[in-house]
Amino acid sequence: MKSIGPVLSVLIALVAIWYGATVWMNSGWTYDQAERKGLTPSFSEVVQDTMNQKRPRLPAPHQVAEELWKTTVEKKVTSKRSLVFHGWITLRATLMGFALGTALGIALAVAIVYSRVMEMSVMPWAVISQTIPIVALAPMIIVLSSSIGIEDRNVPKAIISAYLCFFPVLVGMVKGLRSPDAMQLDLLRTYGASGITSFLKLRLPTSVPYLFTSLKIGIAAALVGTIVGELPTGAIRGLGARILIGDQFGNPMMIWSALFAAAILAGALVTILGIVQNITLKRMGMAQ
Amino acid sequence: MIWVIGAILIWLALWALNIRLARRGHRFWVPVIFGFAILVLWEGTVRGLEISPIILPAPSQIAAKIATSTDVLWGDFVQTVLKGAMSGLVIGCAAAFAVSILVDRSPFLQRGLLPIGNFVAALPIVGTAPILVGWFGFDWQSKAAVVVVMVFFPMLVNTVQGLKESSAMQRDLMQTYAAGYTTTLLKLRLPAAMPFIFNGLKVATTLALIGAIVAEYFGSPTKGMGFRISTEVGRLNIDMVWAEIFVAAMVGSALYFAVVILEKAVTFWHPSQRG
Repeated sequence: MKSIGPVLSVLIALVAIWYGATVWMNSGWTYDQAERKGLTPSFSEVVQDTMNQKRPRLPAPHQVAEELWKTTVEKKVTSKRSLVFHGWITLRATLMGFALGTALGIALAVAIVYSRVMEMSVMPWAVISQTIPIVALAPMIIVLSSSIGIEDRNVPKAIISAYLCFFPVLVGMVKGLRSPDAMQLDLLRTYGASGITSFLKLRLPTSVPYLFTSLKIGIAAALVGTIVGELPTGAIRGLGARILIGDQFGNPMMIWSALFAAAILAGALVTILGIVQNITLKRMGMAQ
Repeated sequence: MIWVIGAILIWLALWALNIRLARRGHRFWVPVIFGFAILVLWEGTVRGLEISPIILPAPSQIAAKIATSTDVLWGDFVQTVLKGAMSGLVIGCAAAFAVSILVDRSPFLQRGLLPIGNFVAALPIVGTAPILVGWFGFDWQSKAAVVVVMVFFPMLVNTVQGLKESSAMQRDLMQTYAAGYTTTLLKLRLPAAMPFIFNGLKVATTLALIGAIVAEYFGSPTKGMGFRISTEVGRLNIDMVWAEIFVAAMVGSALYFAVVILEKAVTFWHPSQRG
């Protein structure tokens, strides 16, 4: 808890910089408007105007907060203008992708730990797969899944987010499943434990802390994947689509509020996983 | 059907070969053969099931497309990678490095910035692309700006973390040598931070390409990999899209392995590098 003070002061500093930047970035428009009317605004008038423009180059923090409040609390959840509605669309695809990616990552990790051929053939490609910019593939995946006949718009998004999130899970699980040392494995062998038993009673439990660490990275990556999946594809629902539509209609408030909603969503997901991690590890007697 | 069965047979044969090779520990050939086997399977399936090239072109068709359109691909490469991604990567990493050296002198700032940096590094920052394209215009400057924003925080967090890596004993030793702040930084703490800095760089190189390509979806001059992908998907020239994906994959892997080689050369002393 020692870091609350410093974190708060850095946050306040960031907001202050943001306000400064608002004045600097929006004042051009203000002066322009004033000149057309033949006025020379005083500095305080300029500052006041830059904070409250309708289509600012950079909206002020309070404007973004106001927009967030309006589109979450004051709108009905089912309304198409509600960020809760769009957040839910994004969240659903994210969770689908997260489940898919985690399952794939764990399955590959088990195969890699038990099979040397798998390790040598798959592991290098798993690394290479992450150096390929997925966004290049994103439009492809969407075209492919629609021509195969998948109508559900969530599926391509989920595939993209699974692609981004399987890798941290794979790496973490390989490390975790290998973390029992030779002595512990030997002990189980002296008990006459079969391969399955030593997997379930030793390897799997010791890998849990590693799993949670990578799940937290994985879910953040899955959210990034979903939003990337929504950006270039002409999606009409979801936080990424809000960013896209905001860009097309020249509505910066829409972009900024969707961005912050995405940030809040990411924070919430990671926090929830952190809580689950704490409870599980405590139950298993592994909490530090 | 013959194509499909043939491809599956070749796949099985190559897999059997891989099992033998893996026993002898061929670190290089096993993954190469695995990749080749997947290409064979892909080619066989596309030909055997007569999948339309509008859905999924065969590797041979993609290769032919790459061979006939090298000049277009090169133009896109220069626009997106050299101008957009590279300049952004250099500026972003340099800025993050400079800020972390400054922050390093104040433990207060470190404690404040690290959690925030960690959080921001996990956010979908690609979403800022339309905003930055609006600010910096359609040409490569806006792409570089997106890349700067994307790579800044992962780099910052890793460098700040790395600079804390030297132990109290080592710093005391430097003090007994009467080494000042600069000497300690250059001779002890920066070298100790290198493994972390390279981790950040590995993340940053992949992010840089993603940022540069996504930013082009929001407006670009009539060249660039992201521009080409989004327009050719619309015109159903899927083989051209795959050609761009191939280039992107090559560039991404090349950048990553360049960082790995550099890391091996710089941090040869680190336990993780002494296989």
